[in-house]
Amino acid sequence: MTGRLEAELRRRRSEGAKLLVPYVTGGLSPDWTDVVQAVVAAGADAVEVGIPFSDPVMDGPTIQEASIRALARGTTPESILAELSRIDVGVPLVAMTYYNLAFRMGDLRFARSLAAAGVAGAILPDLPLEESGPWEAEAAAAGVETVLLAAPVTPDGRLAEIAGRSRGFVYGVSRMGVTGERASVAASAGVMAKRLKAVTDKPVLIGFGVSTPQQAVEVCAEADGVVVASALLRALLDGGGPEAAGDFVAGLREALDAG
Amino acid sequence: MTMGETIGGAGMGRPGDDGRFGDFGGRFMPEALVPACLELEAAFGQAWGDAGFRAELDALLRDYAGRPSPLTEARNLSERLGVRVLLKRDELNHTGSHKINNVLGQALLTRRMGKRRLVAETGAGQHGVATATAAALFGFDCIVYMGEVDVERQALNVFRMNLLGAEVRPVASGSRTLKDAINEALRDWVSSVETTHYCLGSVMGPHPYPWMVRELQRVIGDEARAQTAALLDGGIPDVVVACVGGGSNAAGIFAGFVDTDARLVGVQPEGGAAIGRGLPGVVHGSKSLLLQDEHGQVKEAHSVSAGLDYPGVGPEHAHLAVAGRAEYPTVADGAVLEAFQLLSRTEGIIPALEPAHALAWVMREAGRGIPSGSTVLVNLCGRGDKDAVEVMRLLKGDPGAGAGG
Ligand SMILES: Cc1ncc(COP(=O)(O)O)c(C=O)c1O
Repeated sequence: MTGRLEAELRRRRSEGAKLLVPYVTGGLSPDWTDVVQAVVAAGADAVEVGIPFSDPVMDGPTIQEASIRALARGTTPESILAELSRIDVGVPLVAMTYYNLAFRMGDLRFARSLAAAGVAGAILPDLPLEESGPWEAEAAAAGVETVLLAAPVTPDGRLAEIAGRSRGFVYGVSRMGVTGERASVAASAGVMAKRLKAVTDKPVLIGFGVSTPQQAVEVCAEADGVVVASALLRALLDGGGPEAAGDFVAGLREALDAG
Repeated sequence: MTMGETIGGAGMGRPGDDGRFGDFGGRFMPEALVPACLELEAAFGQAWGDAGFRAELDALLRDYAGRPSPLTEARNLSERLGVRVLLKRDELNHTGSHKINNVLGQALLTRRMGKRRLVAETGAGQHGVATATAAALFGFDCIVYMGEVDVERQALNVFRMNLLGAEVRPVASGSRTLKDAINEALRDWVSSVETTHYCLGSVMGPHPYPWMVRELQRVIGDEARAQTAALLDGGIPDVVVACVGGGSNAAGIFAGFVDTDARLVGVQPEGGAAIGRGLPGVVHGSKSLLLQDEHGQVKEAHSVSAGLDYPGVGPEHAHLAVAGRAEYPTVADGAVLEAFQLLSRTEGIIPALEPAHALAWVMREAGRGIPSGSTVLVNLCGRGDKDAVEVMRLLKGDPGAGAGG
């Protein structure tokens, strides 16, 4: 059964749009839900909401800094979900976090609390195929789509399995490395998108290091869309608020729409 | 009941294909690192069954690292405590601790896999020094991640690593200790995995590390089993004691006695007692017991010993604890400093602060939890040179303060 996240992304794709999914660290500032609303108003097709974890091993300095700042404000998974449940943004939300936060609460309880807060999908980058089965089942039972990640080193057989099991969309990691802004897009990003498109008709989004409108356009020559995290967070960490975030995302939207 | 090679049992056999020891272990790694874990699992599985590989490793351990390490009867300490204390002298290994046993094995595997760069985390610096040593010997590039707090309190080891040609990268994030050094090593690895092997220093991380590192450390237990049998007329010690950070020296010595009636005791620092004060959790690639808050955020450990300053523990120890095969008491920093001085004075052996935890437990429990007259085997897994400056600072230059003579 196709969930809300996948249905919405397919619908936008069929309209000819390139998909734009910005990432916002939950609890980063008192007005962080205004940031979520601002990026939606600026043209985001879905929003990834990071639930900060103490030990984000897949993240580079920018998301680490954002996580630390959010945690220092007393942010918890519960506080983020409570705040999300008070807003209605009109596009699907996807929670991104590390598995221990789900495990501590209990897989089913965590999945249900995501659903209750209106969150459509979940990304848990430290759950590879071999470990994610039980979580995927509980998430599905709660109506939450689990997005799986593929990496440039993923061999073909695994890639097809990841694409087959992923729900919502398939997340292609652009390069070998952690999250963070980059000066250029790696050649591996296009290869990743092409390999995934060859095995699935689910929406294929590329993330990790996509920083500028021009890079987003470049990646979308092959991919259905992009996830943009660190570059947006950088603007927020440097003092920008909802307006700056909206402007940044509007720039991406405009470039993608212009092709 | 037999405690043989049952998969997933408490017999310290091979874990299941899913890397589980009972409920613990596994491979909770980002997809980008899974192929490297699979490659390592295959390479180690093959090498461990290959007589040529084993012979090459044995020769390195003998001719380069100085194995077998002796078993020393600590007569003065025994007399004082009323229990018979035997010391497994892994502090006499080249580089000063048991860490070299694991690293030489992983260096051979690195060459076998065609990689030429090592990254490692280190707390006390002993694993970093061992890795830098092997890198020098094998001609590998070597980067060691070390928390800023540990760079400070283990300055001598930082200099040793530099002398050996390794680059030490101080880690400023989080608690600036071992946990954060592991995060940073993993971040490096995910960016460099095609040329780089992550030389993990303890029985933790994703499958196959907990199993592989235990197997590479079991030489301690195998030797000690034969040495105690020779000394005790075929008998076994009543108690086998080791300190537990991630748990590699403990796993190594336990592996030699898990099929006997010996009591197995892993001593944790009071401020890092993942077993007892921790809850099941997932971090750094495996499910184990973990100090964490109610939401699952990892807590910081606190210990006088940089090598034990870690909020988690290797998954097999979590399993041995739950299965009731081993016990994991704690000791306080003050008792550790006393034990550090007591062994120095009674036996002329300055231990590292890590095995001083094992000694502190023996000192506390002799004649209480350990009946008088018992034979106690202690894994003396590291020497105290690296700690001398820090202990001098802690004792304010007054050795003997609080050591009771
Ligand atoms: C001498 C010594 N013992 C013990 C440890 C802790 O590691 P493990 O618990 O893996 O033996 C260290 C770590 O740095 C060490 O240097």
